[in-house]
This record gives sequence, structure tokens and C-alpha cells, in this order.
Amino acid sequence: MDIKVLGPGCPKCHETERLVKEVVAELSVDASVDKITDLMKIAGYGVFGTPAVVVDGEVKSVGKIPKKEEIKTWIEG
Amino acid sequence: MSQDCCTSDGNVMILACSGGSNVGQLSNQAAVELTREGFGKMYCLAGIGGLLSGFVRSAKDVQALVAIDGCDVGCAKAILEHTEVPLKNYVVITELGIEKNKNLELKSKDILKVKEAIRACCAGTCQRQETVKASIGRCCG
Repeated sequence: MDIKVLGPGCPKCHETERLVKEVVAELSVDASVDKITDLMKIAGYGVFGTPAVVVDGEVKSVGKIPKKEEIKTWIEG
Repeated sequence: MSQDCCTSDGNVMILACSGGSNVGQLSNQAAVELTREGFGKMYCLAGIGGLLSGFVRSAKDVQALVAIDGCDVGCAKAILEHTEVPLKNYVVITELGIEKNKNLELKSKDILKVKEAIRACCAGTCQRQETVKASIGRCCG
């Protein structure tokens, strides 16, 4: 599984990354979590704001810190 | 990096039909000018219509959104309905008394009128907004 956290580096983005990594660890899933900070790359996803979370190419959340339960749902499919 | 680099909670997403008539292009020009004036941020309705996940999810998650249709064909509204994006604020330009035609030379007074209607709608002072909210209430039960 490929997870990307989009955000240039503000506290909300860091918190989102932390939560995603926490959930991945809790579920013991084989997933890579990458932080994308490059604004041009972020723009390529078409998101209106950050932080945003992308799971296997699909944007799941934009402009807010997602709840852990939401993240679990995305990962567990 | 700045603490304010994330999305502002007050950033209004502006979606214009940008259609091929005077009123369609008025929706586009009003969206462009309102973005320049800092009222909100024009966003790509075509990306939503194309079902690109970044665009659809952004429209669903944004706190403040206004859709602008040139006429009552309602293309912008239809796209949002198909993608299940809540229609929070909605302006139809022909309902402002501007007649639809194929003249793409826009009048300044019409652009101003549309911008004022959009601002009023987002401020919760237009009749159309109440109609839309009532409609959504019925649809969603």
C-alpha cells in the first residue's frame, strides 16, 4: 500500500503524518508513508488545500487532520 | 514553514460553470475577480466533473463553497449533484435579471452585479441560498 501525506510542513501536516504512521504501525500493514512537501507535486493532485492524504493514488482527505478511525477505514479498505 | 500554510478555514471555493454564453463567461469573470480580490479561490469544476479524486474530495471537504451557473440549465449544479458534493451556496446569473445571449463582450456593470450577488449569497442574505438549503434538506431527509 502506498500512502502519501501532502503538505508543505505546517503543524497540521505534521500531525496528519504522525497519525497516519501511527495507524499503519497499529494495524501492522505493509505500507509506505511518504511526505510530499513540494508545492508543484502537491498541485498535481488537484487538492484545494493541505494537509491531504492519498492512499494508492486516491485522495481521501483534504484540508483537515483526519481522525484515526477514518485512516483505519482507508487502510483496511 | 509558516504555521498558516494549511488551508484557511474561511477560504471560499468558487466554482463557475464558465459556459459558452455571456452569462457563462460572466460566471467565470466574476470568479476570477473575486479570487483576485481575496474573497475566495476559484477552483476547477472540470476536475470535479472528470471525477478526479483530488478535486472531488476537495469540494466535499471544503467548509465554504459557492457554485455559479450562468443559466437555469444548471451545469455546475448538475456536476455537484452527480458527485454528491453539497451545494452550500448557489447563484444563477439569469435570475439576477441578466438575459442570456451569445455576446461574449462582457459589461462591467453585469460583472459587478454578479460579484455582489455571490458575496450576498455567501453572507447568507440571498433568497436562492434559502431555497437551496430547503431543497437539500428534503433530498437528504
